[in-house]
Amino acid sequence: MATRAIDSRDTVPAVTADDRRRWFRGQAFWLVAPALLLLVICLGLPLAIVTLRSFSEPRWGWQNYAWFFGTPVNLTVLQRTFAISAWVTLVCLVAGYPYAYVMTAVGPKLRLILILCVLVPFWVSGVVRTLAWVILLQDSGVINSVIRAVGLSPVKLIRTQTGVVIGMAQVLLPFMILPLYSVMKTIDLRLMQAARSLGASPARAFAQVYLPLSLPGVYAGAIIVFILALGFYITPALLGGPRSTMLSTLIQNQVLSLLNWGRGGAMGVVLLIATFVLLALAAPLSRQPHKTGSRR
Amino acid sequence: MKQPGRILLGLYCLLVAVWLVAPTIVVVPMSFNDKKSLAFAPSGFSWQWYQNFFTSPEWSASLVGSLKVAVVTAVFATVIGTLAAFGLDRMKSRVSGVLRALLITPMVVPGVVLAVGIYAVYLDTRLVGTMTGFVLAHTMLAVPFVIIAVSASLEVFDKRLETAAASLGATRLTAFRTVTLPLIAPGILSGLLFAFVTSFDEIIVALFITSPYLKTLPVQIFSSITRDADPTVAAVGTLLFITTSLVIGAGLVIGSRQGKR
Repeated sequence: MATRAIDSRDTVPAVTADDRRRWFRGQAFWLVAPALLLLVICLGLPLAIVTLRSFSEPRWGWQNYAWFFGTPVNLTVLQRTFAISAWVTLVCLVAGYPYAYVMTAVGPKLRLILILCVLVPFWVSGVVRTLAWVILLQDSGVINSVIRAVGLSPVKLIRTQTGVVIGMAQVLLPFMILPLYSVMKTIDLRLMQAARSLGASPARAFAQVYLPLSLPGVYAGAIIVFILALGFYITPALLGGPRSTMLSTLIQNQVLSLLNWGRGGAMGVVLLIATFVLLALAAPLSRQPHKTGSRR
Repeated sequence: MKQPGRILLGLYCLLVAVWLVAPTIVVVPMSFNDKKSLAFAPSGFSWQWYQNFFTSPEWSASLVGSLKVAVVTAVFATVIGTLAAFGLDRMKSRVSGVLRALLITPMVVPGVVLAVGIYAVYLDTRLVGTMTGFVLAHTMLAVPFVIIAVSASLEVFDKRLETAAASLGATRLTAFRTVTLPLIAPGILSGLLFAFVTSFDEIIVALFITSPYLKTLPVQIFSSITRDADPTVAAVGTLLFITTSLVIGAGLVIGSRQGKR
């Protein structure tokens, strides 16, 4: 024990801060290495194979892409995938923006309840939640029972695009509310009071002061919701009908039912590219929160 | 803001909150249905779907399968993710930024595309329907959550404490074990929980790589929903909700105790 104490007392001054930092960095790579290796095996390799097969099955060439973009049904589904994702994003934004604002404005107890409401969807199995939407949306379901009780004529919700949007938006709403909240809580509400005292109407104070400051949260939330919506599979498969099929269902169908790896792969690559292009475009927009965040 | 506006905003939030929570709540009454139907409202009360869940070999096998996969995944993902979070923490910020973005890509890659690719790899390596196959794929999906959770607690961890320990004669390992680890334990624990839940709840990859010999609970639920209206699913949902609430409640208590310290 005693020798070690003496040893370390001797060596500590000998190791300069610079040496230590270099040592840390060499070490640091090896700490990350297992995660990277896993990523290469379980993400890189699979995606590489999907891409490869989209060009190589059944023969080499662009045939699968030519087929994808040359078949009207595929283009309809592609367009619908984007349309549904856009609707889901819009619904999440309209529902989430006021909710996130209220989260910043209420007392700590009420805030905890509001946060719990946002987190509850996370902790129930995704498949079970979709089943719940089937129960709620079906023709004899909860929503239609309420509508009938009020005296209106029932609405067709299950196996429609509306039903899919309602279900998906509920699943994705937390991904909108949380970034919105994290930006909004850094906005100084006295700025609004200042605008009001200078004669701005509440609407104008909101549009010219609050809204611009909250935009980084809007961008961050919208982009993550849109991207996650693009790849949705379970909810559209269970809540949707043939007229609300999304790209993921088509991919699954090509690979598992038709065993056509080339066409399925090509669709996969299209979806993948769309996702990463959107991410790349949005990255600069959603990086802003840190700038506004440090203001307070 | 004026009073009526305030009330309107409050009502709007209440509506959104109901929309968020309703699907979770609605499965509870359905699970006590006395008929084999998912029509609302249930016509009578019975425990038979819970009984079915615990006695039917199909359901219990899938529960055991899911638990096994999720426990092993959680352990691997926590070790790999925690090491990575430490590594990233000690790198130049530019390098670590790129690596961090790379390491969390599994969160944004469309599930079906990933599942198709993994299925292709597993068909060639005979990993379809194996424990190894499930654990590998799920660990990859869970590591990002561990990295995020552990990084968050490393960010607030004061590194001078490690230096202090070293100056008092502790070796690097001792300093890590007695100073760093206890302080970032809540981050690691929440990473472990996230990893477990990620695996336990994962369905898309599981649907592709499942086999009659190894099925996870979400796969069983999915095939049950697509096959017929079986309220056993609602019973499973209720049980999952109660269990997760208990676990998260415990986590919150631990977390708040940590926060007060």
